[in-house]
This record gives sequence, structure tokens and C-alpha cells, in this order.
Amino acid sequence: MIRIECPWCGLRSESEFTCGGQSHIVRPENPAEVSDEIWAEYLYQRENPRGLHRERWRHTYGCRQWFNVIRDTVTHEILAVYHMTDSAPEVSGGRE
Amino acid sequence: MEKYSAFGLLRHALSGHRRWPQVWRSAELKPNYDAVVIGGGGHGLATAYYLAKEHGITNVAVLEKGWLGGGNTGRNTAVSRSNYFYPESTRFFEHSLKRFETMGRDLNYNIMFTQGGVLSLAFSRHEMEIFRRWATAIQVQGVDCRVMGREEVSEAVPLLNMSPHARYRVYGGFMQQRGGISRHDAVAWAYARAASSLGVDIIQNCEVTGLNISDGAVRGVQTTLGTIRTSKLAMAVAGHSSVVAGMAGIKLPIVSQCLQAMVSEPIKPCFDHVVMSPQVHCYVSQSDRGELVIGGGADTHPSYGQRGNLPTTESVLNAVTEMYPAFSRLKLMRQWGGIVDITPDASPIVSKTPVNGFYISAGWGTGGYKAIPAGGETLAYTMAHDRAHPLVEPFSLARFAQGRLVDESAAAGVAH
Ligand SMILES: Cc1cc2nc3c(=O)[nH]c(=O)nc-3n(C[C@H](O)[C@H](O)[C@H](O)COP(=O)(O)OP(=O)(O)OC[C@H]3O[C@@H](n4cnc5c(N)ncnc54)[C@H](O)[C@@H]3O)c2cc1C
Ligand SMILES: [Zn+2]
Repeated sequence: MIRIECPWCGLRSESEFTCGGQSHIVRPENPAEVSDEIWAEYLYQRENPRGLHRERWRHTYGCRQWFNVIRDTVTHEILAVYHMTDSAPEVSGGRE
Repeated sequence: MEKYSAFGLLRHALSGHRRWPQVWRSAELKPNYDAVVIGGGGHGLATAYYLAKEHGITNVAVLEKGWLGGGNTGRNTAVSRSNYFYPESTRFFEHSLKRFETMGRDLNYNIMFTQGGVLSLAFSRHEMEIFRRWATAIQVQGVDCRVMGREEVSEAVPLLNMSPHARYRVYGGFMQQRGGISRHDAVAWAYARAASSLGVDIIQNCEVTGLNISDGAVRGVQTTLGTIRTSKLAMAVAGHSSVVAGMAGIKLPIVSQCLQAMVSEPIKPCFDHVVMSPQVHCYVSQSDRGELVIGGGADTHPSYGQRGNLPTTESVLNAVTEMYPAFSRLKLMRQWGGIVDITPDASPIVSKTPVNGFYISAGWGTGGYKAIPAGGETLAYTMAHDRAHPLVEPFSLARFAQGRLVDESAAAGVAH
């Protein structure tokens, strides 16, 4: 069971949250103009690291807010929690 | 290689079973191979076997970072079936199921394949309608499949909660009778033994840490046991696909997640089929040893931690006890997890890559055990001819940019 610090509600159990996958994916500005490869990369390709992952979570059964998390995908340890519109902070620890 | 037979068993019994020969050779890593396969799971071992058997490429190494079959091949719930929705999938998985049916004889190894039937349950009238469409799609492709009403399901699975007030009220289902379960370790060992006897070197405790690529072509691999040269390299590393493909600078449309399974204490035979459903993420079968083998959906976040998180364990067991109230009295014996490589369309990738001589077999996700024979056969062909085997043409890496997804996740639900 992962324990997650919701920025609004505090420390809660994983079962209250939904993971929304990799964060900071940028939609190409002019979809009609980019190549199929770039569009497919945006839609489908993922970092999927073995180690630190920047990902989105939603406090589904609480305040229903989205926020970002940096989590180690091997130990599941959470190293940072930050707002949706913030850029990812530097963290130490975990593996990368 | 000693041929296994009833007579051999008797002969070895007379010498107290002390003289069984090694099943496969322990090989030393050589500096040079005609082909190298990364990953000693079912797919990697089958690929090496077919390279040697079908294409005469015998100077082959299989590199496994842990022990043979210690990945998902030794962790899965061993369900085989071919009742997919799209013809691309059915062709491939039906071919694989046929290989399972003859594997014992083909490889002279008892894989204990029991075709007890795989039953999918519907929990609403609407789902029953979708089932009829799905079953028809399977039947027109010549694969066995039978729609069953509520009564028939009740007879086939007497322990199922058939109350009209059940949390999951059963409306009916459909059965592929030729589906079933086998012994997963045996499949890995059978391919290892057959490949090894044809000259393939199986190297355990050998992790690939980097790839040597120049001028857009594979030259070799770096491993914890040293560097080796090769111009044909395949990866079949399941949950670690993104990591190894990343060594070649290739980013995959894959997310790694943990999929759990568990077994109960052993009980007398009471459960004849594999029973699953697309809506409720829990499926059950009974092993030859009597344990109930239980699986469900994958954990809901990316993970490389091979253990599984409690919320998923709980929701799977919740569904099991709702559907089979009698099982609530059983003790859970073991629970474990494997890291599965999930693609956006829940279909595999068996493909050439932008790097010459580098081939991938990935995206088997929650359902690639049943694909081991066909996956190995088609990857070996693709490596030997540098051209996709017809069965895996639809499963290229290029399909994502071309918008040709084979969307079984939408069509066929649970994919085990
Ligand atoms: C709990 C569970 C239940 C499942 N149930 C079913 C089912 O009922 N039916 C079904 O069809 N499928 C099922 N699956 C899926 C199935 O197990 C997999 O799709 C299949 O086993 C994949 O086989 P593989 O040979 O590709 O991978 P694996 O058996 O995982 O082999 C990959 C190997 O690569 C090795 N490796 C990784 N990185 C490196 C490296 N850098 N260097 C060297 N070696 C490396 C790993 O150690 C591993 O042994 C299930 C999976 C799980 C986890
Ligand atoms: Zn909250």
C-alpha cells in the first residue's frame, strides 16, 4: 500500500487515488502539421523508467484534485509531490 | 539428450532416480555468436529453439539476468486460449494454441496441458449481447466457441453464486473448450532442453547492460560477463522492454505494471474450467495440485516492483468471494507479482526496429504465456529472414504511427 501526501488533504492511502500515468507530456502545437511519427510519439510512447518517474495522480475519493508526484517505480517510494502546473523539482535519492 | 518415455521412467526408478542426466548443458559464454536473444523466459527460449530447428542457426546464446523462467513465464497463471476478436489476433493465437496441443510430443516433454475449457461470464443483458457478437466473430474464424445460458453456466460451475440478488448476477457466458492450463515451468524447461540439445548456449546470471550499435546496425552486447559480438540480436524481456529498447535509443509505446496472482491451500477437485469475465477483474482455475489459482487485473500504476500492492489483492479477492462464497473459507497460501509490458491496444509487438539486426518481442502484457510457441516461431523467422513472419505483420512497431492498432483491449477485455 502506497501512502500519498495529497497537497490539499494530507497523507492518505493509495486506494483513495487514481494514477494518471506519465506527467509533463506536451501536445504538439499544430496537430495537423506534425508527422504521423511525432503524433504517435505524443499519443503512445512513454518514458516508462525503472526508477524515478514523474507522474500524475488524482485524489479521486477525496478532493478530486490532480497533482504531480515523483515516485521510484521499483520501491514505490515517493520523493516529491508538486502542483499540476509546476515543473518537476530536483530530488535526491531513489535510483535513476 | 535422453529421450523421456514411460520405459525410461521405469529404468530410472530401478536405479533409484539417481542417474537422470542434466536437462540442458551449462554453457560458457563465447565471444562471438550468429544470433543472441536477451531474456531467458519462454519467448526467448522458444525463439532460440526455432532459430536452431527451423533456420539452422545454431550458434546462438540466450542471455538471462536471473534464472531461466524466473520472469513472467514462471509467475503466470498458465491460461491458454485463442478466443480473441480480431482476425489478426485469432490467427496468431490459434496457431499458438495448436502448438500447445502438440508441444508434449514435439519437444518430448510433458507440459501437463489440460484442455478443461475457458469460460467467460456475462453479468448483464447488454454484456450477453456483446458476447454473442464476440462468439460469432470467433466462430466465423473457425475457432471453437459456445454461448451458454444461465442454466448451463450454473451446471458447469456449481460453486458459482447464482442468486438473482448476487453482487455479480450471472446472465450467461461463452466457452472455448480447447482452452486450458498447463505447467508454465515445464514450457520453459522444454524449450531450454530442446534448444540446448541443438547447440544453443543458455547463459544464466548474465545481465545485458548495453548494446553496441554503429552505423545503424547491431554489433554486439555488453553484459555483466563481458562483451560479445553478434549482428542479430533480439530482446524478449517482458516488463523490462522499455529499459533494454532504451539501450538502443528506442522509446516504446509500453508501460510496465505489476500483475499479481495468488493460490489457495490445496483442496479436492471442485473446479473444472478456467472462469473469467471481461467486466469483473478476477479469474479462477484449479491446478493439478488442488490449489485454486486466482488472478485479476494489473496494479493501477507503473511499477517494476515484482510484488503487487494490497488494494489490488483486496479487490480481486473481494470479487472471488462474491462470486464463489464457499471459497471465503479457504486460506490463501501465496501471493506474488510479475512485471508486465502493456501496450495501448493490448496487442504484442513482434517486429524489426529502426536499428538493423535488432528485433523486439514485447507488449505481451498480461497474456503472453499462451503466445510462447508462436511468438518464438515468428520472432525466429523474422530474425532469420530480416522480414516479418506473415502472422506478425500486423504486430509491427510501426503500426502505432500508421494508426493500425489491433485494439483487443477494447474488443476482448481481460487478456490473460
Ligand atoms: C501474474 C501473472 C499472470 C499471468 N497469467 C497469464 C495467463 O494466464 N496466460 C497468459 O497467456 N499469460 C499470462 N501472463 C503473461 C505472461 O506471463 C507473459 O506475457 C509471458 O510470460 C512473457 O514471456 P517472456 O518470455 O516474454 O517474459 P519473461 O518470462 O518475463 O522473460 C523475460 C526474461 O528477461 C530477463 N531480463 C530482463 N532484463 C534483462 C537484461 N537486461 N538482461 C538479461 N535478461 C533480462 C528477465 O529476468 C526474464 O527472465 C501472466 C503474467 C503474470 C505476471
Ligand atoms: Zn485531496
